[in-house]
Amino acid sequence: MANPNPFLSKQQAAPATRVGSVLETNKVLKNTYLLLAATLGFSAFTAMISMALAMPSWVYMVSVIGAMLLGIFVLPRAAQSAKGVGVIFLITGLLGFGLGSILSMYLALPNGPSIVATAFGGTAVIFLGLSGYALTSKRDFSFLGGFLFAGMMVAVVAMVANIFLNMPALALALSAAIILLMSGFILFDTSRIKSGAETNYIMATYGIYIAIFNIFISLLQILGIMGDD
Amino acid sequence: MDVFLKIAAAGVLIMMLFFLWPTFKAWQENGPKAEKGDWQAAILPLAAVVGLVIVLIMLVR
Repeated sequence: MANPNPFLSKQQAAPATRVGSVLETNKVLKNTYLLLAATLGFSAFTAMISMALAMPSWVYMVSVIGAMLLGIFVLPRAAQSAKGVGVIFLITGLLGFGLGSILSMYLALPNGPSIVATAFGGTAVIFLGLSGYALTSKRDFSFLGGFLFAGMMVAVVAMVANIFLNMPALALALSAAIILLMSGFILFDTSRIKSGAETNYIMATYGIYIAIFNIFISLLQILGIMGDD
Repeated sequence: MDVFLKIAAAGVLIMMLFFLWPTFKAWQENGPKAEKGDWQAAILPLAAVVGLVIVLIMLVR
């Protein structure tokens, strides 16, 4: 999810001079993509450790709960200082470790390696395509904020319901909705960095990382179900 | 263990709802509104994402 209070951040980020703001924006953009690459690499590393240790699937849920708690309570405060970099590596490392247990499960399926590779490639294409589009477009996608946060609230309520209902059709519909919502968040977050509304590269990285992670997990689920496994 | 994890996950998600609420309200009340052509510019790439997911599903079937 994006910055917990992105609107306030936007209000605070009124640029003083045009040249200063362009330089600052480019710096935030560069730092965000560098930190994103590092955190994705670290997640892949912890996922490999988890797979090597053959972690059971419940580890995924524990990791996601831990990462969400850190993301809600610790990161917003830590992101204002250098401590935030350590916290974001902790969160992404945890998510990667949880992901490893899910990947082991998918790779054990008859066409599992193909599903995992397709989901990975699909996520990369979606992220690169949408980021490139948001960076080159003259439009400001900040107007998506109200729609995306409303969609997230509906999706979270449906997720809570499906934890107990366990309906495969609802899980499939939720995965499809999450891919669309997270794609919207990539447009929204990238646009906010470009326009100078997001000035904290740690929070920007967190928002984009969570969008990529959710798209990958949802694609895995959709391809797993639709691939008849 | 499974039931405990489910309750914990539901609890964290409900907590997330409470944290999302002020952000949602702020964006609804004060967020920038779409100008002419903005929605079209956003729907186009999202439709491309839907198309890509359909192609990926066909690839794994």
